[in-house]
Amino acid sequence: MTPTLEQALQIYRTMLRIRAFEEKASELFLAGRLPGFLHTYIGQEAVATGVCVHLTREDTITSTHRGHGHAVAKGARLDLMMAELFAKKTGYCKGKGGSMHIADLDLGILGANGIVGAGIPIAAGAGLTAKMEGRSAVAVAFFGDGGSNTGAFHEGLNLAAVWNLPVLFVCENNQYAESTPREVHQKVKDIATRAMAYDIPGVVVDGMDATAVFAAAGEAIRRAREGGGPTLIEAKTYRFMGHYVGDTGAAYRDQAEVERWKQRDPIPLFRRVLLEERQVPADDLATIEAEVQREIAEAVTFAEQSPEPDLEDALRDIFA
Amino acid sequence: MRKITYREALKEALREEMRRDPRVFLLGEDIAQFGGSYKVTQGLLDEFGPERVRNTPISEAAIVGAAVGAALTGMRPVAELMYVDFSGIAMDQIANQAAKSRYMFGGKAKVPIVLRTQGGTGRSSAAQHAQSLEAWFIHIPGLKVVMPATPYDAKGLLKTAIRDDNPVIFIEHKLLYPETGEVPEEEYLVPLGVAEVKRAGEDVTVVAHSRMVHLALRAADRLAAEGISCEVVDPRTLDPLDTPAILRSVEKTGRLVILQEAVAQCSFASEVAALVAEEALDCLDAPIRRVTALDTPMPFSPKLERFVVPSEERLIAAVREVCA
Repeated sequence: MTPTLEQALQIYRTMLRIRAFEEKASELFLAGRLPGFLHTYIGQEAVATGVCVHLTREDTITSTHRGHGHAVAKGARLDLMMAELFAKKTGYCKGKGGSMHIADLDLGILGANGIVGAGIPIAAGAGLTAKMEGRSAVAVAFFGDGGSNTGAFHEGLNLAAVWNLPVLFVCENNQYAESTPREVHQKVKDIATRAMAYDIPGVVVDGMDATAVFAAAGEAIRRAREGGGPTLIEAKTYRFMGHYVGDTGAAYRDQAEVERWKQRDPIPLFRRVLLEERQVPADDLATIEAEVQREIAEAVTFAEQSPEPDLEDALRDIFA
Repeated sequence: MRKITYREALKEALREEMRRDPRVFLLGEDIAQFGGSYKVTQGLLDEFGPERVRNTPISEAAIVGAAVGAALTGMRPVAELMYVDFSGIAMDQIANQAAKSRYMFGGKAKVPIVLRTQGGTGRSSAAQHAQSLEAWFIHIPGLKVVMPATPYDAKGLLKTAIRDDNPVIFIEHKLLYPETGEVPEEEYLVPLGVAEVKRAGEDVTVVAHSRMVHLALRAADRLAAEGISCEVVDPRTLDPLDTPAILRSVEKTGRLVILQEAVAQCSFASEVAALVAEEALDCLDAPIRRVTALDTPMPFSPKLERFVVPSEERLIAAVREVCA
């Protein structure tokens, strides 16, 4: 399964939007302008993008503390995301959620999540709704290598498997659970082999190759839509920055390793595919790049000019 | 009026709400053919089928997590946690996901789930199967906590809980399932957040919930014989609490004894005591007393279990003390 030209250009634009958003957010955070935490998705763009290009508004995703990439890939608005990071009233969550809880229910984004693994059973529930309503919609749970060790992972995959739910479980194995290297936190070499424990397909994919992710995800999503049940995809990937903005990773990662992975930065890799294999004019790509930069700048301006929440907002939206 | 059991009343509530709204469905361990370990769902599989009465694996985190995900996407799940003691396994999904999603997402989401569970002592089920853990849930903003004492309240409150668009922790009591009470044939609802004076009185307010309501009423009969008139107030919903009802009663009687099956520390009884001390100190003619389980894990031995759990005698002694 290869992307159409239109999909390929969408993939490129989406990865650029994620990268630009994360770089700008990091810059603002380091300048002391954003409260709280920021966990950037830089380096992993091909995973969220390659999966979400197959999804519509009817499909749902759950995400992690490193959730900006999934939100952008699912169509979230950059201005509302940026305003949320600035803790403004105009943000996605009215300034009450922050980076780790960005959500857009209309777009099927069931929230970034500050609890590792928690989105996995929630996605199973969203898949259950689609199945009970007889729709061909799917749910996608994104989580990391760290998340694959949680009880929620095992319970969620087992439930989705035995109920044959239309869910795609995407493990973004970026080799580290916070500061702990994968070899230290799990014995399996390929997390995808855990799929055998639930008797569902498990697929390893090169997470730096958007085309490969696109193909693997497309197959799994097609299967789920047709009633074939869940799949576990393990995307081997890497985050170029630390666990959170402010963590350089130097305490637990070797800079040579970081540089090795940066050689496989998914964005230049895909850019080369567009130029050389899809014969896209470089000017067209430059146009996209400029549009993305403008979009980011406008998002920041919107966020800066937006008001903060009122004190009374702290007491609202607890109950429906 | 007809009398049915607490168990049957709960089942009627589930059946009626499932007939009324196709989005309501049940999930939990052994709730299908087996009818649930306390037989509340017996027969519902036959009427509604396996799509809407779903046996789950032993996976409390997935049970509640899937309920949250289904609720966020438009369904109205009623999940059963076999014992409230098992809620620890699901605590992230309850406290961090169900309770907080609406708020964290700025009001865009709603989580209309009911977590039905049961707790309490009386069957020597020992420390991990006999707890009263309502305080855990009352403490979390974003959850509602309901504990019915009678079949009438059980049915009316469960129907309301299912229609509520928020997460409701609905804690039944294992000893109350076979107890009978009057329940109308016609449909009715009991609102959340509204207490009921189960017995009017003049001399002392006894706040009690769940099984302890019945203990309080029996004790009140005995105390009446010695000239002490007890008013028994059943909050029914512990969160949101009908504080005005409790304050009205204390303003009338001037004395407060709070009875619960849970241990005292940081409990519902502590909360009621604090509220009344803050808002009605001038009305009190005696210190507030809490009559609760002793501060121990629940022992297996029936003799020790009876000793740890409040008894009529302990309540009577406390009432006499505040009335002296």
